[in-house]
Amino acid sequence: MNWTEFFAMGGHAVYIWPVYGIAAVILAFNVIQPVTRRRTVFKRLRQYYRIKSKAR
Amino acid sequence: MHKYASPKIFYPFAGKLLPWLAALTAVLLVTGIYLGLFVAPPDYQQGDTVRIMFIHVPAAWMSMFIYVVMAAAGAIALSWQVKLAEVLASACAPIGASFTLLALVSGSLWGKPMWGTWWAWDARLTSELILLFLYLGFMALQASIEDPRRAARACAILALVGVVNIPIIHFSVEWWNTLHQAASVSKLGKPSIHIDILIPLLVMFGAFKAFFATTVLMRMRNELLERERETQWVAQVVEQDK
Repeated sequence: MNWTEFFAMGGHAVYIWPVYGIAAVILAFNVIQPVTRRRTVFKRLRQYYRIKSKAR
Repeated sequence: MHKYASPKIFYPFAGKLLPWLAALTAVLLVTGIYLGLFVAPPDYQQGDTVRIMFIHVPAAWMSMFIYVVMAAAGAIALSWQVKLAEVLASACAPIGASFTLLALVSGSLWGKPMWGTWWAWDARLTSELILLFLYLGFMALQASIEDPRRAARACAILALVGVVNIPIIHFSVEWWNTLHQAASVSKLGKPSIHIDILIPLLVMFGAFKAFFATTVLMRMRNELLERERETQWVAQVVEQDK
């Protein structure tokens, strides 16, 4: 298989590759967001329980 | 079945499902992209731009599918005050918005070389844009109401009113004279596309569905921890996490 030809996509490279790139970015964002949110939630809840147990 | 609606049971259950769903997503995604980019032949009219369809069509299907899931969850939340349904509805919105955006952008990037325009105010494109606004409206409304239960109720009503847009999107290409072509896969009878194009399309649809299942569970688990922070089981989950 000829890679140059493959990347040229029959002259439509400028339309096809951005679609795959944007898809990758949107999917990655949808994975990273809940992963980081999970860390924040655990951090916040640990703090919350600490304060609550002190207040008691 | 009923017991899985309890957050305490659901949380670890979803946690056990997650690695399997993530693996399934990865396998389907790699297979779908391989078939779409390397195996599928260029279309006799569209040339290689047909490869945009392997992203565009499944993303557009997902945008509607997720909305229906969100509205159904909203209806259940409204009728029976099921907390898990509230959490499901709110977890659907950002993922649905993402797929809607992807469908719009990929459609635009296909429209330019094939139609000669990035955008047209035809019924299909406009109703899909309205779908994006419905998702964004749902998220904005939720963010604006402090109490999670009241927010969920208001959002469920918005989602249910907006569900009227779904058949409009689906049938727009039949009801109006649109620039967007009519359906080729879900047409009654035999799909009118070649098997080498149809298979990557369906594999990518499966990949996006698995992706949705994975990420919606991740979001639901986060949301449940926050909302149930006063319960013993959440305190235990947080304590055991080191």
